[in-house]
Order: sequence, then structure tokens, then C-alpha cells
Amino acid sequence: MDLVIIKYNAGNIQSVLYALERIGVNAVVTDDVEQIQSAGKVIFPGVGEASSAMRYLKEHKLDTVIKNLQQPVLGICLGMQLMCAYSEENDTTCLGIFDEHVKKFTPKTGDLKVPQIGWNNIFNLKTKLFAGLPENSYCYFVHGYYAALGEHTIATADYVQPYSCALHKDNFYGVQFHPEKSAKTGELILKNFLSL
Amino acid sequence: MLCKRIIPCLDIKDGRTVKGTNFVNLRDAGDPVELGALYAQQGADELVFLDITATVEKRKTLRELVNRIAHHINIPFTVGGGISSVDDVSALLQNGADKISVNTAAFKNPQLIQDLSKEFGSQCVVLAIDTRQEEDGEWYVYLNGGRTKTDARCFDWAKQAVDLGAGEILLTSMNHDGTKQGFALEITRKLATQLPVPVIASGGGGTMEHFVDVFEQSQADAALAASIFHFKEIAIPDLKGYLQQKQIAVRM
Repeated sequence: MDLVIIKYNAGNIQSVLYALERIGVNAVVTDDVEQIQSAGKVIFPGVGEASSAMRYLKEHKLDTVIKNLQQPVLGICLGMQLMCAYSEENDTTCLGIFDEHVKKFTPKTGDLKVPQIGWNNIFNLKTKLFAGLPENSYCYFVHGYYAALGEHTIATADYVQPYSCALHKDNFYGVQFHPEKSAKTGELILKNFLSL
Repeated sequence: MLCKRIIPCLDIKDGRTVKGTNFVNLRDAGDPVELGALYAQQGADELVFLDITATVEKRKTLRELVNRIAHHINIPFTVGGGISSVDDVSALLQNGADKISVNTAAFKNPQLIQDLSKEFGSQCVVLAIDTRQEEDGEWYVYLNGGRTKTDARCFDWAKQAVDLGAGEILLTSMNHDGTKQGFALEITRKLATQLPVPVIASGGGGTMEHFVDVFEQSQADAALAASIFHFKEIAIPDLKGYLQQKQIAVRM
């Protein structure tokens, strides 16, 4: 069963690839439509800016491809945000897999900085993606925009206010944090995704 | 709740970890990849690798080393030393670095910060500042690994760099570095409370209480240290346990 990492212009792809290697899994990095469609599982990573990433996906017809995937898909960070309906980041219409909207963190006081950078606890954990993980496990986050809580929320984190740090609908999963950089916790989440 | 970060720093010279006092008298402290992996296992929140020979000898940071580190480390890491172009950064990120830090080259060409943040995002760009408090009480920016004094004030340069797109500041006090007498609380506090980006305090951490001070009094977002970890004077799990006892949010 092939694991494919979608290659596009928003990358921390190497980190994801190495993290998978550490748990003994080889993945193929590609933007080839047929290879993505025929993969057993798909990871949709991303660090970067929403509108330029969406523009790239559209130009390469990857937007339609991703939306119509039937196998388990895991979006990471910007990848998860792009799977939502809309992002305030440069007023971007996204893939619309999840109904949730992505908004900018707007702290009321000066002690919280944007972007959030560092380790935060995740709670209200649902689905097999978090099997074996205790509530309030720590994951590594780097982001200035967040998905609001909604019907697809399967994990919550708190920064400025509680928000969706993971989403799930049908075969689609998305996580706001970086499992590839979240030590043992992240490795377990990646393993859980691979055994879905 | 977002945690305060503990960041071991590995200064690299000729592929080995080294550590000096006040930027001189280097001692060997082991293989950087082994040390990095050990720290990650012990609960370090991030790692910083600085190629301290790079700027002076005009060499590029060792990309193969970065690649080896990336294969073995399951937490974020920053690489610095001699970075002066978008191509340098691109190569490091392709080898698995999560962030890069710039220092001398950014001071000489501030446009570099803007170029890097546009290309890779602010979250990727750490501005490292080496600063020394002079007799007039002001904190000045130093370049070339602390060898060259400038007339620029630390806060002014930090603010300008943030406006240009730096996503984090790594602030090293040369007065405190290697002394184990505590962090530079005042200047760290000024940057951490007046800038909208995270500030990593560096230089002077010698006891667990010093870390409490820099988080509580200076509101640093992260604290970086080297020799106390390399020479096993303070173990990371003990430090984090102590901080937790003091009601400071840390990842356990």
C-alpha cells in the first residue's frame, strides 16, 4: 500500500518524509495526479500562506483531485486549513471539505503573541487518530490562523480561545499541529493514521 | 496552555559540538547528532545548531550534518551560522531544518530578512542578536560571533528586524554568556514585552532558579543554554520538573 505525500509550493515536506522514515515507513513525494489517486493513503502537508498555496493547487488541478479522494487523507497545518471552507488569510476560498472557517488569532491582551509558536496541550480527543493518547498530550504548533470549533472538531487546543486543532469528516483528517515534530506523541498520531 | 520552551544550543565547529566562555576558549562537548538526539529524548522542546565557524571562515553551514540531524531528531530545530541568501536557506530547509537563524548577514543587509520571510514565512526566520551592555548602560549589537562592535542599539535593531519579517528573536547577552550567573533579565524583558514575536533568552543560565527568573521576570518565551546541558550540570527532566513546581507551564 503506497503512502503519498502531496508535493506543492508550501513545504515542510522533508520533515514529514523523515518522520515517517523514523517509524519505518517509506512515502512517495509527488504531484502526479494518478499516483495520488491510486495511493493507499495521502498526506497533505504545508507551511506557508493560504492564497498562494490555493492558487498553486488550482493551477495544477490538485484542488479537485484532493476533494475527491476516497482513501484516508491527513492534512497537516496549512494542509488542514486549506481543507476548510474559507481562510481569512488573504481572503481565500479553500477546498471546502470541512465547513469550518479559518480566522486570524486576535489576542485581546499583549501577552499572547501571533503566531503561536511552541508546544500546547490537546484535549477532547476523538476518533482512532488519537487512540492510545492521553488527554492533554503536548503537540508542536506554529500558526497565526486557526479553525473555529465546529461539528467536525475531533481535538481542541486553547490559544486566545478554544479552537479546532484537529478535524475529521468521512475519510478526511486534518491536524493543525505538526505531528512530524511532536516527539513521541506525534509519532503515535502518524502511526494511528497509517493503521486507519 | 502554550508552554515555555527549553532549548539546548549546540555550537558546531568542524562537525563537533564546542562550548566556550564569553565567546572564547572553546572546549569539545561531543557529537552534535548524538547530543541532539539525547536532548530530544530527555524532553528538550527544540534544538538550535549554530555553525560558529561559518561566518568567520566564510564557509556555508554543513548541509550534510543538518541532513543527518533531521533524520534523527523528532522535535523542531533551528540552524544558523553564515547564512546570507535565499539559496542558503532553501538548501538547509531541503535538508530538513525547520527554521534558520540569521545574524551578521542580516545586519549588513536587512533586506535579507524580508526576502527570507516572503519566501519561507516569518515562522521560519529567527533573528539572532549578540549584544553587550557597555559602560554607558546601553546594549549594543555585535557581529561576527561577538568580534565586531556596532553602534546599533539592540532594541532598535530587533524592532526593525521584526518589522521586516523576523518571526522570533534569539537574544544572547555577551556579558552573561558562559558565566552561569543568570540571564540578562532587563534587556530580555524589554524585547519580550515590547515586541510582538517570541523571544528566546540566551546566555548566563547556570541554575534552575535562573530559568524561573527569565520566564517570570522577563517573560521570555523560551530559554536557551548550552554548557549546563552538555556538561550534565543540569538535566532537562529535572529542570522541567522544577519549573512545573514553580507553576511555569512546561511540556512534561
